[in-house]
Amino acid sequence: MSVNVTVRKFDAVIVGAGGAGLRAAIQLSEAGLKTAVLTKVFPTRSHTVAAQGGVAASLGNSEEDHWHWHMYDTVKGSDWLGDQDAIEFMCRKANECVIELEHYGMPFDRTDNGRIYQRPFGGHMSNFGEKPVRRSCAAADRTGHAMLHAMYQRNIKVNTQFFIEWMALDLIRDAEGEVLGVIAMEMETGEIHAFHSKATILATGGSGRIYYSSTNAFINTGDGVGMAARAGIPLEDMEFWQFHPTGVAGAGVLITEGVRGEGGILRNAQGERFMERYAPNAKDLASRDVVSRAMVTEINEGRGCGPNKDYVLLDITHLPPETIMKRLPGIHEIAVQFAGVDALKDPIPVVPTCHYQMGGIPTNFKGQVVVPGRRTMNEEVPGLYAAGECACASVHGANRLGTNSLLDLLVFGKSAGETAVDELKKSPKPHKELPAGAFDKTLARLDRLNTQKNGTSVHETRLTMQRTMQKHAGVFRFNDLMKEGVQKILEVQKDVQQTEIKDKSKVFNTARIEALELDNLIEVAVATMVSAEARKESRGAHVRDDAPDTPEHPNGRDDTNWLKHSLWFKEGNRLEYKSVTLRPLTVDTIALKTRAY
Amino acid sequence: MTTRTLQFKIYRYDPDQDQKPYMQDIEIEVDATDRKLLDVMVKLKAKDDSIAFRRSCREGVCGSDALNINGRNGLACLTDINSFPEGKPIMLRPLPGLPVIRDLIVDMTQFFKQYHSIKPYLINNDPPPERERLQSPEDREELNGLYECILCACCSTSCPSFWWNPDKFVGPAGLLAAYRFIADTRDQATNERLDNLEDPYRLFRCHTIMNCVDVCPKGLNPTKAIGKIKDMMVKRAI
Repeated sequence: MSVNVTVRKFDAVIVGAGGAGLRAAIQLSEAGLKTAVLTKVFPTRSHTVAAQGGVAASLGNSEEDHWHWHMYDTVKGSDWLGDQDAIEFMCRKANECVIELEHYGMPFDRTDNGRIYQRPFGGHMSNFGEKPVRRSCAAADRTGHAMLHAMYQRNIKVNTQFFIEWMALDLIRDAEGEVLGVIAMEMETGEIHAFHSKATILATGGSGRIYYSSTNAFINTGDGVGMAARAGIPLEDMEFWQFHPTGVAGAGVLITEGVRGEGGILRNAQGERFMERYAPNAKDLASRDVVSRAMVTEINEGRGCGPNKDYVLLDITHLPPETIMKRLPGIHEIAVQFAGVDALKDPIPVVPTCHYQMGGIPTNFKGQVVVPGRRTMNEEVPGLYAAGECACASVHGANRLGTNSLLDLLVFGKSAGETAVDELKKSPKPHKELPAGAFDKTLARLDRLNTQKNGTSVHETRLTMQRTMQKHAGVFRFNDLMKEGVQKILEVQKDVQQTEIKDKSKVFNTARIEALELDNLIEVAVATMVSAEARKESRGAHVRDDAPDTPEHPNGRDDTNWLKHSLWFKEGNRLEYKSVTLRPLTVDTIALKTRAY
Repeated sequence: MTTRTLQFKIYRYDPDQDQKPYMQDIEIEVDATDRKLLDVMVKLKAKDDSIAFRRSCREGVCGSDALNINGRNGLACLTDINSFPEGKPIMLRPLPGLPVIRDLIVDMTQFFKQYHSIKPYLINNDPPPERERLQSPEDREELNGLYECILCACCSTSCPSFWWNPDKFVGPAGLLAAYRFIADTRDQATNERLDNLEDPYRLFRCHTIMNCVDVCPKGLNPTKAIGKIKDMMVKRAI
């Protein structure tokens, strides 16, 4: 097959137009750089739109708060796997980034004195873990929607150039390891173009569709993560996946933690507020991994609700109807639509549901992608940046706190944009020449897909992958199941290499897009399964049966051997490890401690 | 698990292969786990991978999967499959009034052009304060029913005025957005925004047919917002 590849030149190309991509784009457009933003969907359809409860910032609008307390909570939430330099950076930048959004026009809810409204959220405490604090800045329960639209609108104002419904396929990387842009497909025509750039920012979001039951959108297929893996970039801490405690049972649709922030309570079949037993202090507002495990334990021990005893109930019937309709109108709508429940009168059936990828493409706090090199374990990949859920800075470590994801994409979207601008202005130089055969591998992949005969079904293969991940790398993890899971997922990988599509049209071929997405998903699934099997301790969201809670290793955590980041390499399907950055930028290290809420 | 069969008639057109559009008859087994039309469409696609449609969040906030379902615009992910009359095939067509790219996917360029034409961003030329601009809860409340728009285009593509003049009439979605900024106490460009709409077509092609209100999957009321803009025009003229 001969395919013409049109080459376009830009100073910078951003892949993805969710929160992180749009925030980075504002930086580059305002600096006057020629920037292309590629996105599979119209920007306001990106999954940031579905975030509900809020964005963390220690504004202190309702009570005293401090970025240092926020930092402490984030380190503790991460089960000490987060890098403390990046965490300090994020928590210090939070106020500035949230205020900027307000200036862009984001319609935050307001306090009586006209300031941004803040609500409590899981794991956010005052005075180094003392008591819950109102830190989550919210626009009703539609914070992500309000934020994404405000940032898209700001981009219209600063004239950002979008390539809408373009799917990036691969990074272009030369022999020296420098990234020179991406190869992408225009979905409407099926044409292949190269975006030749001096800076490439990956902001493609999460990959939650590797699991069968997920709060994630269909588009969350780990495209940037897959592209990075194929380009020889390792993936960091992929064993850590957040299961959100409250997905609607059966449907998987998210119910914000803000519901519990506003006073909602989880109950088992006996009507008991069971979180009091698991987290006597924070109760329903303990960290997400803690609440999810408590829920699964209740269900496993026979205290689940419903005919199959397979869910618990989220109860807000005791809240004033005005509060629900004012602060949680979207949740009321979702409960009616997806659970068939009027939440004013009846509790909502919920189960822990795959929600967020803590790991991803390794970066430093400036948004630069870093990999092991000759001198250190964190050498910058020239020309490549990543931000948001696809990246791992790492601020979430082994477990992310609610509202820190919107903060992550703001702070690191901006930071990646700023760093790219600085680098481009510091050393202005012409575009480096594209290496010979730069498009070969991508074109071969497309050609294989177009000519595959007697292949596997995309739909069935994806389903097998999702069921495998659900069973073998879920909320609780078992040594035997993980070992088996590694074998199974490698089998699925073989099927992915032989997918066949019936539809061969050039025009908006969604079958082809789904097959290409599966190429990305499988990289994430393999990385997850292999990294999980290898980590022989329990930490944050990764809890395994053979690393139980003992006096020697409280909660099963083993800092002597496992206080380190996993790095999974596609080439050779192998793992390396690098140390966690325990030293913050200006303050003292938040010392290792047993995590309890 | 009990299953039943649903019959569909789906608008199909692939300019790469087809001379002209046609309606495809296709049926599919559904069970109790299939609640929404989008769930069933995903099943249909597993059966025939060439059926093209947009979808993303599957919970009614991203606005991707707007379609014409049995003659009425709506989101596939919020349409209950039990709402369909029994024994009749379910008709799925692309949103009316916009060019079809393929099957159920329409070209939304014109729709977004109109959205962009109202300058959908906050205009405030004062130097930004160090902290947030203050806004009372009552003033913030004015934005409810406006800011929640998901740009799905159900409203504009059900509006006869938009069908006739998609290049000149801003349409309900764009006008709702225009009023969202006019109503925002932080925005300083009310006059400029009203000037921008003072035209026989841009605003005044709205004849309060109210199809927009009828179909909005988020329960918003563009007609009311348009009425408020018209009131402001009148007040300004006096």
